[in-house]
Amino acid sequence: MTHLAVPKTYKLYIGGKFPRSESGRVYEVTTAKGEFLANAAKASRKDARDAVSAARAAVSGWSGATGYNRGQVLYRVAELLEGRRAQFVDELTKVDGLTAAAADKQVDAAIDAWVWYAGWADKYAQVAGNGNPVAGPFFNISVPEPTGVVAVVAPKEQGLFGLVSVIAPVLVSGNTVVVVASETSPLSAISLSEVLATSDVPGGVVNVLTGSAAELAPWLADHSDVNAVDLSGAGDLDWSDLQVKAAQTLKRVREPETGEVERSVERVTFFTETKTVWHTKALI
Amino acid sequence: MAASQTSFLDYAPAPESTSILDLKDSYGLFIDGEFVDGTGDAFTTISPATEETIAEVVAASRKDVDRAVAAARKAFDGPWSRLSGADRGKYLFRIARLVQERARELAVAESLDNGKPIKESRDVDVPLVAAWFFYYAGWADKLDHAGLGPNPRALGVAAQVIPWNFPLLMLAWKIAPALAAGNTVVLKPAETTPLTALIFAEILQQADLPPGVVNIVTGAGETGELLVNAAVDKVAFTGSTEVGRAIARSTAGTGKKLTLELGGKAANIVFDDAPLDQAIEGIVDGIFFNQGHVCCAGSRLLVQENVEAEVIERLKHRMSTLRLGDPLDKNTDVGAINSREQLDRIRELSDIGEAEGAERWSAPCEIPAKGFWYAPTIFTGVDTSHRIARDEIFGPVLSVLTFRTPGEAISKANNTPYGLSAGIWSDKGSKVLAVADKLRAGVIWTNTFNKFDPSSPFGGYKESGYGREGGRHGLAAYLASAKEGAR
Amino acid sequence: MSTQAASRPRSPSTGASRGVHGVSDNQVLLAPAERAIQMIGGDLTEKALRRHLEGLPGVDAVGLEARAASLATRSIKTTSKQWALDAIIRMIDLTTLEGADTPGKVESLCAKALTPDPADLTTPRVAAVCVYGDMVPHAVEALGEDSGINVAAVATAFPSGRSSRTIKLADTRDAVAAGASEIDMVIDRGAFLAGHYGLVFDEIVAVKEACMRPDGSYAHLKVILETGELNTYDNVRRASWLAILAGADFIKTSTGKVSPAATLPVTLLMLQVVRDWHTLTGERIGVKPAGGIRASKDAIRYLVTVAETVGEEWLQPDLFRFGASSLLNDVLMQRQKMNTGRYSGPDYVTVD
Repeated sequence: MTHLAVPKTYKLYIGGKFPRSESGRVYEVTTAKGEFLANAAKASRKDARDAVSAARAAVSGWSGATGYNRGQVLYRVAELLEGRRAQFVDELTKVDGLTAAAADKQVDAAIDAWVWYAGWADKYAQVAGNGNPVAGPFFNISVPEPTGVVAVVAPKEQGLFGLVSVIAPVLVSGNTVVVVASETSPLSAISLSEVLATSDVPGGVVNVLTGSAAELAPWLADHSDVNAVDLSGAGDLDWSDLQVKAAQTLKRVREPETGEVERSVERVTFFTETKTVWHTKALI
Repeated sequence: MAASQTSFLDYAPAPESTSILDLKDSYGLFIDGEFVDGTGDAFTTISPATEETIAEVVAASRKDVDRAVAAARKAFDGPWSRLSGADRGKYLFRIARLVQERARELAVAESLDNGKPIKESRDVDVPLVAAWFFYYAGWADKLDHAGLGPNPRALGVAAQVIPWNFPLLMLAWKIAPALAAGNTVVLKPAETTPLTALIFAEILQQADLPPGVVNIVTGAGETGELLVNAAVDKVAFTGSTEVGRAIARSTAGTGKKLTLELGGKAANIVFDDAPLDQAIEGIVDGIFFNQGHVCCAGSRLLVQENVEAEVIERLKHRMSTLRLGDPLDKNTDVGAINSREQLDRIRELSDIGEAEGAERWSAPCEIPAKGFWYAPTIFTGVDTSHRIARDEIFGPVLSVLTFRTPGEAISKANNTPYGLSAGIWSDKGSKVLAVADKLRAGVIWTNTFNKFDPSSPFGGYKESGYGREGGRHGLAAYLASAKEGAR
Repeated sequence: MSTQAASRPRSPSTGASRGVHGVSDNQVLLAPAERAIQMIGGDLTEKALRRHLEGLPGVDAVGLEARAASLATRSIKTTSKQWALDAIIRMIDLTTLEGADTPGKVESLCAKALTPDPADLTTPRVAAVCVYGDMVPHAVEALGEDSGINVAAVATAFPSGRSSRTIKLADTRDAVAAGASEIDMVIDRGAFLAGHYGLVFDEIVAVKEACMRPDGSYAHLKVILETGELNTYDNVRRASWLAILAGADFIKTSTGKVSPAATLPVTLLMLQVVRDWHTLTGERIGVKPAGGIRASKDAIRYLVTVAETVGEEWLQPDLFRFGASSLLNDVLMQRQKMNTGRYSGPDYVTVD
């Protein structure tokens, strides 16, 4: 007897749960050749709003965890991704039309990115921080801290690696994320959400929206409870309008990336705030 | 008393002599190493303490701004980018020395034009200006260690717009790191306080800085807008959040690198285990220093409820000894409000505070007949929903709120769209550090307040802006990594 | 220090044996000094005293010193300066405290106290002369009656305070009997640093009792904290408070034999204690910085600090004194300068 396949329903990932879009909308995800693959949820502005609430609620726990702990949690994502490699290779070959070798390479890169960034969690503050030799009887240090909730527009290309390369660095310092996945390659994003849901990453730390970046990004850029916007994957959008919207609450804005997103500690520190603490110093 | 009926504490009017100043009746714009006539309208800068005219200056027009930017561009493409870091540093060292040599003159000019007490311009502002140039001078040939990887590069031409509260100090905060990093500059001082920037231009001439490396254009908001939107590579602004927002909008999509140092509504948190006498000094320093015209002023006093009465009593006692008056008098603690416009805003918000039910108390000081003045004032019984607990007043007005637990103090302190600074007063180290950790603010002073140092990064969270000034972090605002493409 | 403190003779006021560390320490009742009972409560135990002192707000040294430095930048006008110079003279305890002191030296000092500037007889007299106990009779005789100048005697095994309580009390009684109207006692810094606040307290109370004259009146008691040995500002605040609770009329910084002696921040801190005591009780306690104040300019900074901290009513000899010797001549030279318009020199004032 042949087994009749059970197709997966690809939903959103918000607050550690997998809801459908509140709008009830879906859109067709096709293969590179245009054949139907799945109906992905088409997130609405209200889903974006819910995602921001979930992300905000998760800030204190995630940013309050020790760097050592966050590092282990992020490393665990790499472990789980490795275990489900086949699924990602399968999706990437179907959706993006990659060869198995190319898909395999992309999964490798995604796993390695998690590992690399995981290692930064308890180190970036040493690189970005300072003891400051002020001219007076004061102990003075500068430390980087997560900025809070970061809305990310993921790159269109490389459904898995592109996504990982923008969300992992944001998570390192303790930010939480609302990410708009690649519109054309959303399946890896939802599958990655399943990895995250079974990993130790607390619910709400990463929230994944699928659908139209052009529709969702303006709501996120305009949302007062978002602290920073990463437009790495927004090169095709009207991103100067997004920047204008972000200006309303002086959000930190990372401008669109041209070309592949490279790993760098600067991606980590970009989404941090430097806090400088003075304390008086005296023996008597 | 033997000498007279008056108090021993009637300190001498000890005015710093203005004879040290050699002011011109009118000033042009400083472009390409020379003072030139502007093509815009002339306006006067006055002393806010007497309302007397000090000098006439010119509002730079679009043509003037473009000319200044072109000069900066030419200098950037030309001599300045060919100089070694070491030589750029030497120019900055020269400037630092010249500032020290002309310190008294600069201090007098600053107090005259701004209204701040001479003891502050003499003991705080001008020494810090020199320190800022010294600090960044040393960075100019060490940029590989600035944290952007090897061979970072300058951005190009920087447009810098600065406020009236620390005219010369803000100039130093802007120009010193920009030049150290290899940029050239067009700077616009505030409309009401152009004087020290123009004297600084003379210093640049004495330092023989190559023409066009620093250009200074005077004017009001319109000139600033022209400058920000001119063909520059970098915009640095210190001022109100409202204007900062507008600049962020107007530079959107242009790729101009932007740093903003904007408003604040800092909480100054006093716990019941605070070193009380020093906390009182810190509260006074936090809100009455520079007439409260400080973006990082401790304008919200959060005092633990069980010591509120004692703190308020001591604070009022201390405020009663503050001496308001002639900014040029060495004994003056509180000077003049910088402008009539600012005075009106302070009055308006204070009236709202009273209307909202907060209780107002002002220090008993004699208000001079001429000029713009506001007595140091505190409001008690303020709730978090009151406007005086939320809006930046930018004047000598303190709102007093209470809290019961450290957790409540933190949540009230963070309950603001701003996030520039905060103060914590307690003798208990573990608590101080934990609270500092939880506060969402860029600068946190514990058992002290309003301290600045060129090695110490300064800047805000949230709507207080982005980017840091001071320290290694301050260089990043004027550099791009070698990997980032050229402009 | 603690061994010394522990092995010292026991307090005659309680006669009780005190353990160094034992809980029993805490239960010991202290001498029932009136102020302490009012402030702390009737059950005046070592434990209660300790709690009270350790409950005082801490001092942040950086902030305290910054405030003192800012007070030092005040500049006062000429008329105020004229008044200030005379006020300083009126508040000086003209002091000689040397092993080499002789009746002749003390007589010379007293002559200077009586006529500070022979060239200007309008010059006011100093508040007191301050000498060792054995010199009191010579000082009393040299000053004569109705000079308006008090004789202050250092007592209680000055300057170290390291002797038995019996000797300290005898030292005090002798000086009072010889005519000293002010006693400058030292506290037992060893006991204080070892945490035996009760010992220090009881000793002050006992010395105060020893200041009583046959007619029931008391010689004024100044309590020297020796702030240079207490070291921390927190200790200075606690010791100041302790001394006041035990009955001090004045709190005094230093013996002059330990460096640092009086500093502006320490004096500011002691003035803050005095201000707080006044706010609480309405009672006025005096403050005496001693040692190291040599220039008029410095002394004027102290006056400014007094005026801005406790108020100008403290600028009188009953409430503020300078323990000094060379300060007087500098003030006299400044006074001459103000009167003549010319700078004076050391040959135009007298050595004592």
